[in-house]
Amino acid sequence: MQGAVPIVNYLSLDGPEPYLLSTDCSSCGASYLGSRIACSRCSSRSFVERPLPRKGRVGSFSIVHRAAPPVVTPFVSALVDLSDGTTVKANIIDCPPDPEHVRLGMATVLRTYEVGRDSEGTVAVAFGFAPDYDEAVEASDSHATEETR
Amino acid sequence: MSTIAPDTLWLIGVSMTRFGRYSDRDAFDLGAEAALDALNDAGVGMADMDVFAAGSVNQARLYPAQRIQKLIGQTGIPAYNVLNACATGATAVRVVAQAIKAGEASMGLAVGCEQMGKMGLLGAGNAPDDPERFIPSGHDGHVMPTEGILGTSMMPGIFAQAGLRYAAKNDGVGFEQFARVAEKNHQHSTLNPLAQYRKAFSFDEIIQAEMIGYPNTTLMCCPTGDGAAAAVIVSGERLARMPLETRKRAVKISASVLTSDPWAPDGLVQPDISTLTRNAARQAYETAGVEPSDLDLVELHDCFATAELIHYDNLELCEPGGAGDFIDRRAPWRDGEIPVNVSGGLLSKGHPLGATGVANLFEVATHLRGEAGDRQIDGAKIGLTHVIGLGSACSIHILERSGL
Repeated sequence: MQGAVPIVNYLSLDGPEPYLLSTDCSSCGASYLGSRIACSRCSSRSFVERPLPRKGRVGSFSIVHRAAPPVVTPFVSALVDLSDGTTVKANIIDCPPDPEHVRLGMATVLRTYEVGRDSEGTVAVAFGFAPDYDEAVEASDSHATEETR
Repeated sequence: MSTIAPDTLWLIGVSMTRFGRYSDRDAFDLGAEAALDALNDAGVGMADMDVFAAGSVNQARLYPAQRIQKLIGQTGIPAYNVLNACATGATAVRVVAQAIKAGEASMGLAVGCEQMGKMGLLGAGNAPDDPERFIPSGHDGHVMPTEGILGTSMMPGIFAQAGLRYAAKNDGVGFEQFARVAEKNHQHSTLNPLAQYRKAFSFDEIIQAEMIGYPNTTLMCCPTGDGAAAAVIVSGERLARMPLETRKRAVKISASVLTSDPWAPDGLVQPDISTLTRNAARQAYETAGVEPSDLDLVELHDCFATAELIHYDNLELCEPGGAGDFIDRRAPWRDGEIPVNVSGGLLSKGHPLGATGVANLFEVATHLRGEAGDRQIDGAKIGLTHVIGLGSACSIHILERSGL
């Protein structure tokens, strides 16, 4: 069998671009990754699904140098605060794993990649967040504008 | 002499084994030793106990309460086995305290014990075989282990992320401030004969040590280890009928609080160790009728240097957002404004999980009694203990010298 499966069920590979899927409480609006039986904020039991934005900023991170095999080190684990306020934990990818390059508040964008292949040829797809240089330039432009205003 | 209110709670015996590695003994041997020491300290015996609670994390399913009873005294009393992550020991204390408050008991024993050996990183799994077929499993439908792919769920990384979350929101917090916390606790431990490690390290040695999970180097992470601690608790009604020497050395439990984490926007992605600590602290201060500025010493849950720093703020020891400045001005050093972790803390005293929440009661009570030897904080009258277990559970106790 060929084809691709997402590494977790809240990554959607349907549609032109992969996206993360939020399960939102219909009553209070709390957002969750993955399916829910009830809302842990208000205990409501009805939900709606919503695609999450692909852009966000590094709200926190750790550069992990020690891990148990088969985990490959170093890698950067981050809490990415998406543009709608939802937080996702993921690796920061396509970026050197050091504190000079990974910065708090850094603009990032969702990216997917092949993370494994089983004996039947099915590809597992993982996601990470890569530095978003377009956003960074825009942000510094607008910042400069504000300062000169 | 002041009278003792009948519905109050008191510590009359406390003990801890030295934390370390005991390959020739098991967790229950250590728990039994701590229990007998605490009973001796209180001048009572197992026959005087109405209730018993024992906590352990790794040995929970071996039922430490009954195992310890079989080593030191099977009197048939209600015995509870307690498991509540790193708040296990403190929760065992609360089980005994609640039995006394409920009127079922007037005196009880709480023990925390643990054997970890050199188990390394907590939460590490086994290497999986190459998959025959990807099959989604678990609630999130993962087709392979996600550690190291979708971030980290290991303790060093989680607490590193908690620390940098605080750094992102508050000025003056960074690698240097976190390292200063470790410098302090290693220095403090040199005065504590019961600490697993008693070695001071310079700031440079700390920042140049092996990086585990930035910003925590290995000297900014607590060790694994073995150990036990115990406490004998009585009602005020019972204490009033005990010998004068017991009453004089008794330490009042002015507040005993347990919280879990309320919903937070990112709480299911990253454990929120702050909100439940803030809630527990406020509740404890109000129950005890004391303010943070009244505290003479604090033992808080420094499993990682990053954790200690944010708890300065969570426990209201510093100005809101001011944890960086608090350590920069040496406020939590033993000669500072509010001494924090004069035992050496988890970073250097050690952290046998189940024992920790009882051991910090031992530490604070020993200072309030004026019996802490070289590390004594002179004139200590009021102290606070704090533990947090991921999941999360937070327990805070406020203790006061008896003044009887």
